[in-house]
Amino acid sequence: MKKPEDFVNKKVLDMPFSGIRKFFDIASEMDDVISLGVGEPDFDTPWPIRERAIYTLEKGRTVYTSNAGLLELRREICNYIKRTLDVNYDPKTEVLVTVGGSEAVDAAMRTVVGPGDEVLVVEPSYVCYKPCVTLAGGTPVVVNTTAEFDFRLQPEQILEKVTDKTKAIIACYPNNPTGAIMEYEDWAKIAEALKDRDILIISDEIYSELTYNGKKHCSPVQFPELRDKTILVNGFSKGYAMTGWRLGYAMGPAPIIKQMIKVHQYVIMCAPTISQRAAVEGLRSCDGEVEKMRKQYEMRRRVMRQGFLDMGLDCFEALGAFYLFPCIKSTGLSSDDFCTQLLYDQKVAVVPGTAFGDAGEGFIRCSYAYSIDDIKKALEKIAVFVEKLKK
Amino acid sequence: MKKDILEILENDSRKTVEEIALMLGKPEQEVASAIAEMEADKVICGYSTLINWESVKDDIVTAMIEVKVTPKRDMGFEHIARRIYGFSEVKSVFLMSGGYDILVMIEGKNLRDISTFVSSKLSTLDSVLSTATHFVLKRYKEHGVIFEKNNADDERMIVSP
Repeated sequence: MKKPEDFVNKKVLDMPFSGIRKFFDIASEMDDVISLGVGEPDFDTPWPIRERAIYTLEKGRTVYTSNAGLLELRREICNYIKRTLDVNYDPKTEVLVTVGGSEAVDAAMRTVVGPGDEVLVVEPSYVCYKPCVTLAGGTPVVVNTTAEFDFRLQPEQILEKVTDKTKAIIACYPNNPTGAIMEYEDWAKIAEALKDRDILIISDEIYSELTYNGKKHCSPVQFPELRDKTILVNGFSKGYAMTGWRLGYAMGPAPIIKQMIKVHQYVIMCAPTISQRAAVEGLRSCDGEVEKMRKQYEMRRRVMRQGFLDMGLDCFEALGAFYLFPCIKSTGLSSDDFCTQLLYDQKVAVVPGTAFGDAGEGFIRCSYAYSIDDIKKALEKIAVFVEKLKK
Repeated sequence: MKKDILEILENDSRKTVEEIALMLGKPEQEVASAIAEMEADKVICGYSTLINWESVKDDIVTAMIEVKVTPKRDMGFEHIARRIYGFSEVKSVFLMSGGYDILVMIEGKNLRDISTFVSSKLSTLDSVLSTATHFVLKRYKEHGVIFEKNNADDERMIVSP
């Protein structure tokens, strides 16, 4: 007789739990934990967006939308991409509204990847990419970025891993967990390296609103030669502080989006209607609110980085997202040991870099989606811990 | 940079020069002199604390008084405004467009305090034609700060990818 787990697909059985789960389990059993471990904004969703959602509910406008999403929203998304990246997309054929950026990644993989295909996954990175490739039937091939280049993707790192089976590459910039960004010159080198190759780029730009020191977000779609070889993934979770609304989107050449809509249509039907209507308001009137949040993150980033430098830890100047990625190699501990001991010793939760791939060994991810006061409290405790390790 | 400093101080006037310099990534010296300059120019007019007095003591009454006046020749509304804002119980004075001219915010210990002020000091001023007094029943939000106790703790999961 089969045991229940014998019914489970081997691909799923073999898939590891996220490295974050262990810390979640320990931390959630402890009292008074100070956390720098959260991957979502601490701000409330701007009021105009919430107000629009309430109005939508009051009016009872809660039926399905078209599979691709409300045309009104797709238009606003195209306007937004035009005004932020100066790239044109057709709202009718080149946009798909999804359940968060995650669904866009999954739909892209299942649309593009088949058995035998290899997908380059740029790490350290958010935890869903490799599983999405595997579930789609492909083989993830890791491309490691390094602190030497501030975790910016280098063309050689890609070319080393390219084979004739390479179908696509997925990268996330501004990056979770490192906070690294890719500037125009960085993408230009990648564009040059990929120009004669048939490799699709899946560019997760969910943190695009959050760049600092006057740097503007840059996307591969800004290169005309890459525009039609890229699926741009973005959403409202980070910049608009709308994580729980579950709303994202994918943009790309019409022939790919058309096929992605099929996948999305059979699995999801459509993204939540209330969230879609609320997001229209967000794109129309919340640029100021988004900028206010960005400014807060920017100040916190400086305070936190100085804290790590004062402890004697290396911490490259991450210019995006809301994470710092300090190096803890000087303590002699592995990332996992550092984070576990820090949690038990000082009740501070941070995430080991290894939760985001092997390239994260020697680093910890610290989120500054917290008030400056909370950040200072956590830094004090981390400093005590680091000092103890020196003895 | 000055605007950034003002935004920080408006939100929390206890922030030190050192902290502000760190938050903005500027040298302390530069921040200190910018603040000093703005103090001298009366861009920064003071450092006060936003207090919800209602939660500390109950003997406080706030009223908004709409005042219609005849402006004085050559002096406009300045003259009458000056006569009004001189009183220590007057917290704010604004020149308004619309159905009345001057809005006065006043605080007193009780209703009688305020009615005495209106009848004996405000209404008797030469240029004042009429007044309408509105008492504040509850403060919900002031200077961008919501007074209601926010009982929503951080609901985010303690660790998330």
